[in-house]
Amino acid sequence: MREFATLVRRDLTVAMTGGGIGLPIIFYLAVAALFPFVTGPDKLLLAKLGGGMLWVAALLASLLPIERLILPDRQSGVLDQLFIRGWSDEGVAAAKIISHFIAFGLPLLLASVIAAILIGLPEARMGILLLGLALALPALTGLGVTIAALTAGLNGASALGGLLLVPMAVPLLIFGAGTMTENPGNAMQLLAATSLAMAAVAPFAAGAALRAGRE
Amino acid sequence: MPIDQCTAARINLEKIAIMRGNRLIMQNFSMAATAGNVIWLRGANGTGKSTLLRVIAGLLPVLTGLVDVKGAISLVDTITILDQSRTLEQALAFWAKLDEASADRRESGLKAFDLNALVDVPMRYLSSGQKKRAAIAVAIASPAPIWLFDEPYNALDNANMGRLDDAILRHAANGGIAIVAAHQPPTIAVTETISLDALSVKAMAA
Repeated sequence: MREFATLVRRDLTVAMTGGGIGLPIIFYLAVAALFPFVTGPDKLLLAKLGGGMLWVAALLASLLPIERLILPDRQSGVLDQLFIRGWSDEGVAAAKIISHFIAFGLPLLLASVIAAILIGLPEARMGILLLGLALALPALTGLGVTIAALTAGLNGASALGGLLLVPMAVPLLIFGAGTMTENPGNAMQLLAATSLAMAAVAPFAAGAALRAGRE
Repeated sequence: MPIDQCTAARINLEKIAIMRGNRLIMQNFSMAATAGNVIWLRGANGTGKSTLLRVIAGLLPVLTGLVDVKGAISLVDTITILDQSRTLEQALAFWAKLDEASADRRESGLKAFDLNALVDVPMRYLSSGQKKRAAIAVAIASPAPIWLFDEPYNALDNANMGRLDDAILRHAANGGIAIVAAHQPPTIAVTETISLDALSVKAMAA
């Protein structure tokens, strides 16, 4: 367990110092900042569409870090070294998902507050947006690490990653955008259930992908 | 400094065949090593030295034959396992923590290659020889009884080659096993030199 924390801490440090951590967040905020320019300053329209648009932006932002989640560690031999030291692939995957959640998910949640202000989302909506994103992010980060493990080292990995992640994230997007209506309760429950299932499966799927990619 | 679980450490390969990407790398290859052994795997480029080390480490499967390895392994193949953005000390500390290396051992890893002056330097500013020394220091600091070194002498200057010789001999004297893959002849007294050149499948077919 202590070694697990050591790996998570190291992944976080590498993410912070190795760069790339700010880019998805800047992208997300840029979409939020640009959106009002295309809809015009119609407050009602922005409040109606803005929440769903932020969901799309969050999903697309989660595509950006995929390439640096697994590939560098595979190329540098760190994954091999962990395997030699008796780590299970699922354990490595779980550590990667947790550090990705902290390095990408939490900043995205914080940025959502700013993004919601930028598009003038009503306060009640903002709370629901944050709750929905908080529920969806464990699944979104788990999907990100799984797809990173699947595509690490392949030609055109980032394009392939997008091709794989977008359809798999559609249920999250549908239920997430569904919470941006007058009556968010049902969609929120479905979102929580979908996210829970995806987050629970992710370490095993990503672990299997790591194992398959070892040779 | 005694090696943990040294009495249990052993490597036994019996008649293994290794296939890589539809190419038979070696077949009917056997080797054995027990505590205190230094085995020198010698061969030209492409004779399967690295592949064999990765098989022993369990990273690659064998096609046929038996692989029996007891004891923790420390493999030094790439120099990039140390994070380039962190300082030498931080990069080494990460692996030392995973290996549960004692403070004594960590210190001996630094001392063996005279790395103490470099601990505050970020890895990316180190020369390739210095990175190599750091990568080997991870193995020296780890309590693993089995060392698998892939071309450890590359990029090292004469003084550091001598230090590496000393470290390997000390490890063997303490009951460890060292398998060294290199293209040059052994520079130290070894238990056995295995030449992979003669084993290459091309030679066998001829």
